[in-house]
Amino acid sequence: MIKINGESVQIDDISVADYLKQEGYRMERIVVECNEEIVPKANYESFILHSGDVVEIVSFVGGG
Amino acid sequence: MINSMPTEDDIRQALEFRHTKAVQDKLRRAHVAICGLGGLGSAIAIALARTGVGHLHLIDFDCVDLQNINRQQYALTQLGMPKPLALTEEIKRFSPYIDIVVSCERVTEDNCERLLGDALFVCEAFDVAEQKAMLTNYVLEHMPDKYLVGASGMAGYHSGNSIMTKRVTSHYYLCGDRQSEITADYGLMAPRVMICAAHQANTIVELIVKNL
Repeated sequence: MIKINGESVQIDDISVADYLKQEGYRMERIVVECNEEIVPKANYESFILHSGDVVEIVSFVGGG
Repeated sequence: MINSMPTEDDIRQALEFRHTKAVQDKLRRAHVAICGLGGLGSAIAIALARTGVGHLHLIDFDCVDLQNINRQQYALTQLGMPKPLALTEEIKRFSPYIDIVVSCERVTEDNCERLLGDALFVCEAFDVAEQKAMLTNYVLEHMPDKYLVGASGMAGYHSGNSIMTKRVTSHYYLCGDRQSEITADYGLMAPRVMICAAHQANTIVELIVKNL
């Protein structure tokens, strides 16, 4: 189980890239943190989310 | 109406009377870079300058347009002026001794190091979602010592109570409701944009007082 944006998700051992694709995130609008560390965009394919990880995905909307 | 401009010492004493000397000493030493000087950035800069933050770096490539006036802190006499210069003019009217550096250019991954080098505190106050993501990814990945305060979601006129500040990491805070995007019939309006800007400015002040 992984905590993503405050909610527990029944999913383990998935790459950040696969999770983002599966959920339909727009890659050019997001920031991903895992356990309070930034996940560099270049590492989305290789970075694997494991059980117990706390993940925050910020998906920006326009306006300022 | 008084005829003589207050001295730097007069203004410092007035701020210390309101905020205490201990807090004001920290605010005066702080360097804050504000990336984007639209509805968010112009209001953040004015709030921080009034609070007595000593050093501001104002960054925007754009000029003041009539369609900005609904929510941005500029005057009609400033139409067509580069925003960093117009905002400096406004701030100097109430804070003549503040140190302001201006950059009239677009922030990219290639100039972040140069533009943000001096500031420990950075506001992401862009309009475009992709720009927000670019700056946030860059600063968090390459400039981990900086404190970054960003924003997402402040369009419309529904309850302002959904605009919040979330601590994402020890060095990154996000303000806004995270969902209210501009649409054809639901635009940016001064009240919600100013609520969000106030959250950002308040978080910067809190971070300065806690960390300097």
